[in-house]
Amino acid sequence: MSVLLIAEHNNKEVKPFTFNAITAASQIDQDLHVLVIGNKCDEVAKSISQVPNVKKVIHIDNEIYENFLAETFTSLIVKHAEKYSNIVCSANTFGKNLMPRVAALLDTSQVSDIIKVITPDTFLRPIYAGNAFATVKSLDTKKCITIRPTSFDPAATSGGSAEIVKADSGEATSLTKFIKKEEVKSDRPELGTARVVISGGRGMQSGENFKLITAIADKLNAAIGASRAAVDAGYITNDHQVGQTGKVVVPDLYIAVGISGAIQHLAGMKESKIIVAINKDGEAPIFSVADYGLEADLFEALPKFLEELNKLNTIQK
Amino acid sequence: MKILVAVKRVIDYNVQVRVKEDGTGVVTDNVKMSTNPPDDNAVEEAVKIKESGKANEIVAVTVGEDKAQETVRKALAVGADRGIHIKVDGIVEPLAVSKILHKIVDKEKPDLVFMGKQAIDDDCNQTGQMLAAFLNWPQATFASKIEVKEKSLEVTREVDEGLETIEVNVPAIVTCDLRLNEPRYASLPNIMKAKKKPIEQINSSDLGIDTKPRIEQIKVEEPPKRKAGIKVASVEELVQKLKNEAKVI
Repeated sequence: MSVLLIAEHNNKEVKPFTFNAITAASQIDQDLHVLVIGNKCDEVAKSISQVPNVKKVIHIDNEIYENFLAETFTSLIVKHAEKYSNIVCSANTFGKNLMPRVAALLDTSQVSDIIKVITPDTFLRPIYAGNAFATVKSLDTKKCITIRPTSFDPAATSGGSAEIVKADSGEATSLTKFIKKEEVKSDRPELGTARVVISGGRGMQSGENFKLITAIADKLNAAIGASRAAVDAGYITNDHQVGQTGKVVVPDLYIAVGISGAIQHLAGMKESKIIVAINKDGEAPIFSVADYGLEADLFEALPKFLEELNKLNTIQK
Repeated sequence: MKILVAVKRVIDYNVQVRVKEDGTGVVTDNVKMSTNPPDDNAVEEAVKIKESGKANEIVAVTVGEDKAQETVRKALAVGADRGIHIKVDGIVEPLAVSKILHKIVDKEKPDLVFMGKQAIDDDCNQTGQMLAAFLNWPQATFASKIEVKEKSLEVTREVDEGLETIEVNVPAIVTCDLRLNEPRYASLPNIMKAKKKPIEQINSSDLGIDTKPRIEQIKVEEPPKRKAGIKVASVEELVQKLKNEAKVI
């Protein structure tokens, strides 16, 4: 009985949340093997073999895996799943897309988005946008689990030397064809792992006005987030969305600007260590979760905020 | 082309969900229920495709207790042609729902199956992918744009890194994101007309699917509450608090 983790990567590097998933997976079972599927991803397999918690890396390399299509990954994972009691992946768009397809073929009722391993078969997971926490016990003998990466610390990335075993690839698919990926390149910290996040909402009124947010993000080395309303309005791209159907963030400092605080937005940020809300509506629900609330017009408050930050001698990075 | 759209009845997205005191679940008595929001987007997209002349029939399907029919009725009011209600009481997990939908797809033989990417009650995000697995169909999840081609769809997907575009052969499963479109409201005449549209009733037991949960819900509790914060009077005070009290900058 051991656990098989599906690594998320981009063929060159391991995606950081894979390390959080490794922590969760090793809490389920110490005998943790990691499946690395991709195209020319030797470096990825090597990095994962250096994680002390990992006992074995199974590496499958073929050009058909270049774009991580669930249709090609699934049969391969199902084949390898035979020897394992748990199949685990992080609950971001990669794992959310892939894992249920695997679970169905294994006839397993997947446990999605766990935030705590209570026992190897019992988990805590948020439901209703995090307005309730459910303790659930999987009764299936083979379990498929996705984990919420921000709820687990990342595993150490060096010191280990797990064996890397090459395995055969499976069939290509004719069902789905990858066309393109429009990645937003940025020098900023990643939203999911940033220590500071500053987010703008509908109150920003335009995409142009996000430059007020950008200036502060530059100063604080922060990632930039947004409410669904701001993304829907076209102020900023979808990869910035924080919330129930966007990303979940747990930074040390979350600054919500011009965000009213709908339940769906709170679902993505209310576990942050310190929350600041800047909003001109004193009754906005965001204030109910904010450690520090500033009732003010953001167009006056943000330039002033930057000015005050500039006066500080040192800023933590 | 024929499109099957799956819809689910959930607690309305505007309701502040409350946990039951006995820890068995959340309060649903006298709580407003409605269609799962991204399922509305799925219905809307199907109707738009039909309006463009690329589809000729839309069948709305739901799995759930008697009242789940309301969601099918709503889909009929915005443009679905007929409905199917598979009656099941109690919790039905995505695995069982997708097995039920598999049976319906075998019977109805649609070219496309649309549904929301995730239900806002259990937040599982599984059913579409599971159905695609059972059918061995391609899956286009988290769709924010769909272009119908001759024998395929070009779908833009919202992923963590940005946007991904894939082409899936028909038949295909698409799970819809909230940004796919702006769901329309049903007009009163259309609501009246929808009452005359047929909804076929099927008992899940007649389909031979075991819907017994495989996940035992041990308890449901309130998440830890955040300590009440304070309002600061000025930006200067805010920066001082962040620096000296919270020590986060």
